[in-house]
Amino acid sequence: MSPANLVEITNLNIHFGASRVIDNVSMALKQGEITTLIGPNGAGKTTLVKAVLGLLSPTNGVIKRSPTLRIGYMPQKLQIDATFPLTVERFLKTAAFASAEDRLQALQSVRAEALLKQSVHSLSGGEMQRVLLARALLRKPELLVLDEPAQGVDINGQIELYNLIASIRDRYNCSVLMISHDLHLVMAATDQVICLNRHICCSGHPEQVSTDPSYIELFGVPGAENLALYSHHHNHQHNEHGDIVPLDDEQEHDHSHCGGHH
Amino acid sequence: MADFLLFALLGGVGVALVAGPLGSFVVWRRMAYFGDTLAHSALLGIAVGVLFDINFNLAVVSCCVILALILVSLQRQKIVATDTLLGIMAHSSLSLGLVAVALLDDVRVDLMEYLFGDLLAITPDDLLWIYGGGGIVMLLIWRLWNPLLAVTINEELAQVEGVPVTRIRLALMLLIGVVIAIAMKVVGILLITSLLIIPAASARRLANSPEQMAVIASLLGVVAVLLGLYASWNFDTPAGPSVVVAALAQFLLLYSLPIRRSA
Repeated sequence: MSPANLVEITNLNIHFGASRVIDNVSMALKQGEITTLIGPNGAGKTTLVKAVLGLLSPTNGVIKRSPTLRIGYMPQKLQIDATFPLTVERFLKTAAFASAEDRLQALQSVRAEALLKQSVHSLSGGEMQRVLLARALLRKPELLVLDEPAQGVDINGQIELYNLIASIRDRYNCSVLMISHDLHLVMAATDQVICLNRHICCSGHPEQVSTDPSYIELFGVPGAENLALYSHHHNHQHNEHGDIVPLDDEQEHDHSHCGGHH
Repeated sequence: MADFLLFALLGGVGVALVAGPLGSFVVWRRMAYFGDTLAHSALLGIAVGVLFDINFNLAVVSCCVILALILVSLQRQKIVATDTLLGIMAHSSLSLGLVAVALLDDVRVDLMEYLFGDLLAITPDDLLWIYGGGGIVMLLIWRLWNPLLAVTINEELAQVEGVPVTRIRLALMLLIGVVIAIAMKVVGILLITSLLIIPAASARRLANSPEQMAVIASLLGVVAVLLGLYASWNFDTPAGPSVVVAALAQFLLLYSLPIRRSA
């Protein structure tokens, strides 16, 4: 295993009965890098993440991870029964051993320190995600695994959350593996994108993946339907029929904008 | 005070104390039906006890623990949903117990005593089981408190964080099995679950932390036992059901009061 890799997956297959949920996947999580898994519903993203976490064992294939690897995990959704009286503080106390100062610091790094004494039942979707992230940070992780961190968060909150994740990577110097539905929102904060549909359709830098034919086949033309709010580089434009036509070199530009079409 | 009344008091209070924290887990993890299933199997334990001439308390505890183990291993199966499985096991084990007891021709077992409890018939031997068994249960809950909470919040998160989830879950089921076995004398097979869940549900109204909920549930349980015994002594009502009615009254009272909680 290369020292720069925290996790190495080779020819991973996971079958549930007759269905092949993960089909011959090989990938590596590099030290200090943010890897984003995208793919349609039922593509096996959560299954792959659970295999990385050691919650699921492979049908065959190898997952190599250092036995001492400290993983911080943020599940997709936490359903705590309403009969369970729990403040954010007490919730964080059930995680790894940590001092009160550690807990406050973890909440501060996700900008949620004001929530310390609140009931977990009164949190909004975005606040709960931040608290979960803080809990993952308490373990001083070398690898952060985030299963759809932006779920239930509005669009502006999502962008903020992805920026927060990128800044946490810089501060904690950890690797990040996360699942996302929307490549365009995570683009700016991702080093490696893996497009999964049971097998790996394509992978690489976000710009590369967003123009890959197999990505476009799964998700359509980038930015054509989604609200796009990101910094990017055009190499084409659309004519009045929506077809792609190449741009003249001098017309290429970098900008941030908000809108569906360009 | 008559000895039997003192034994009844001590027995009831002991069971109520240990039912508080475990009942809270039953409520948080939605295991009420699981508790019922274990309770129904206790009658089978009585039949086995009579048949093989084993101490009844030992037979019932063993039966509940074995059934808890079977349920844990059967939860992985995908043939029927868990609640269907629990329903099958609950009523089959109760029926098996009733049939087995009926077949034991030379022994007369007082069914009412086991189905609804006979608090006023508690013996020093029963007290030994209640305080011995209950003490061990309390000690284990104390030691496992944090992992038990972590597993209740989210099992996968707990596992990634290094909690031995399967063992903790098994431990919880076994603890519930033991408590149900020792609580049988107090409220009987058919009413045991109520002693676990009603005080805990009432305590939720006042609690701002899991610890508070466990302690308040124990205290409410003790008060319900005292009220039930008082009613039984003065109005000649059956003791077990009187305890449950007292717990229900607490529940209704607490949920009709305007209480503000912070968690």
